Amino acid sequence: MITVADMLTLSGVLFALAVAGIFLNRKNIILLLMCVELLLLSANFNFIAFSRMLGDLTGQVFVFFVLTVAAAESAIGLAILVVLFRERRSINVEDLNTLKG
Amino acid sequence: MLDPSNTLNPFAVAVPEIFLAAAICVVLLFEAFFGAKRRGATATLTLFVLVIGAALTVVYANVTQRVVLFDGMYVADPLAYVLKLAGFLIVAWVLLYSRSYLENRDMLKGEYYVLALTALLGIFVLVSADSLLTIYLGVELLALSVYAMVAFDRESGIAAESAMKYFVLGAIASGMLLYGMSIIYGLTGTLSLDGIAAALHSPSDLGVILGLAFIVVAVAFKFGAVPFHMWLPDVYEGAPTSVTLFVGTAPKIAYFALALRLLAYGVPGAAIDWTRMLMPLAVLTLVVGNVVAIVQSNIKRMLAYSTISHVGFIVLGFVAGTQSGYTAALYYMLIYVLMALGAFGVIVLASRKGFEADKLDDYKGMYRRDPLLALAMAMLMFSMAGVPPFVGFWAKLRIIQALWETNHLGLVILSLAVSVVGAFYYLRVVKLMYFDEAPETLPATVRSTGVRFALGINAAAVLVLGILPAPLLDLCSRIIG
Repeated sequence: MITVADMLTLSGVLFALAVAGIFLNRKNIILLLMCVELLLLSANFNFIAFSRMLGDLTGQVFVFFVLTVAAAESAIGLAILVVLFRERRSINVEDLNTLKG
Repeated sequence: MLDPSNTLNPFAVAVPEIFLAAAICVVLLFEAFFGAKRRGATATLTLFVLVIGAALTVVYANVTQRVVLFDGMYVADPLAYVLKLAGFLIVAWVLLYSRSYLENRDMLKGEYYVLALTALLGIFVLVSADSLLTIYLGVELLALSVYAMVAFDRESGIAAESAMKYFVLGAIASGMLLYGMSIIYGLTGTLSLDGIAAALHSPSDLGVILGLAFIVVAVAFKFGAVPFHMWLPDVYEGAPTSVTLFVGTAPKIAYFALALRLLAYGVPGAAIDWTRMLMPLAVLTLVVGNVVAIVQSNIKRMLAYSTISHVGFIVLGFVAGTQSGYTAALYYMLIYVLMALGAFGVIVLASRKGFEADKLDDYKGMYRRDPLLALAMAMLMFSMAGVPPFVGFWAKLRIIQALWETNHLGLVILSLAVSVVGAFYYLRVVKLMYFDEAPETLPATVRSTGVRFALGINAAAVLVLGILPAPLLDLCSRIIG
């Protein structure tokens, strides 16, 4: 029997993996974009778990909206990546060092 | 004025959003068909859209009381009404300033205007949101438009780099926001803010604290509060100045509304928890913003750190956690937007193609070259520093009053101390403009009368609102209360 606690644990693990991936990854911007997607999906997992626990459909409807937004978000992210690649000829995270914020 | 006791047509109240969404489609099609032939026609059309939109807002969305519409998704209240009008005004002003900048650099393309309008629509959705779903959609619509605007100059590697950083950090913030929302949803079983406010009234519940922590981090990211401010100086410096002008002004309205609706109206029951989380953020933000601004040599970067310090004051208004605190935060936010609009406007007008006027040294001897522009900049800097006849003083005073009323004596002393530190780097700009010799011949400033008139109104507003602060203050306390 899968309980809500199990699902929340899984989503917590996914969330931690995504955040760790964003901060530890020094190689490739595409990996950053994948981690961002994973971050949103872990939140989606939470919504679905709670929606099932509460017997309330709004949580699942929210997930549909999030999926749509995530698609738009990766479109913008990849577009910025293309512009960046044309200027720098590289998608290495370590090359993003002109600005020192 | 609409009477909310009548059966209200929800579509009439939502006219600003509906009109704006339709106008975006029209502007986009116009650009596709006629944009290449007539450069600048889209710019004029967009300004026209903003004027009509503001007029329609005054006629249809002017509600006297809070009304919740569309099954609890949308709220129309005086706060949303005022913020929407402010949004129209600010975006119109930004577009007025940026036109010559874009024209000189061959960037006068319709996309810039369409993206500005979609960002404005995102702001409206957020300002009128009454459900976690609409809040999330508003945040994303605004953020995605702004990411694209920052990367708008395709020839500039530095702009693309700052856009990438902004995108990744912004996406983390959205993820955090979403995760926090999912926890709050799980605890209350509803997405409606009113429902959440009714369901959550036990402070210091572990689940609530966990959800709130994620939401507070996301709000801090969006606002640019320390330690979540890393994107802000890079974006301000890397983006074309006309985009910095946009990023630095209009979205602040939306993020203020985000914090107010989500924290102050959404979970008032746990106010003690989130004020406790915001307090260290506010302290760090004030100190880091003001101290790091001193060592900057790039004026856009310096104003970015100055933004961070102003954000610290806005967050202090939320830390007070009272009506008077929220009023002070709203007032500070509006005043800050007015001042930032003018300051970045001056940078836009001082720059030329191939000369961005973004070094502090580029302002040496500005008084000789262009006395009017130097005067406007000096007024704005005095106001940001909080020198009395200007409006920045009243904004700071209201925040300090709100803190005094809630017995945050330490924060009162801190905010006075950092204001003194802040005065140093603002007044340095004035000194450079008035008392230093220009090193060599620098390019002339933009002399077009229309834009200078707009800047004059902006600078005059800083002085006039400073001499007569009462009307705006009354308005703020009325729409918060």
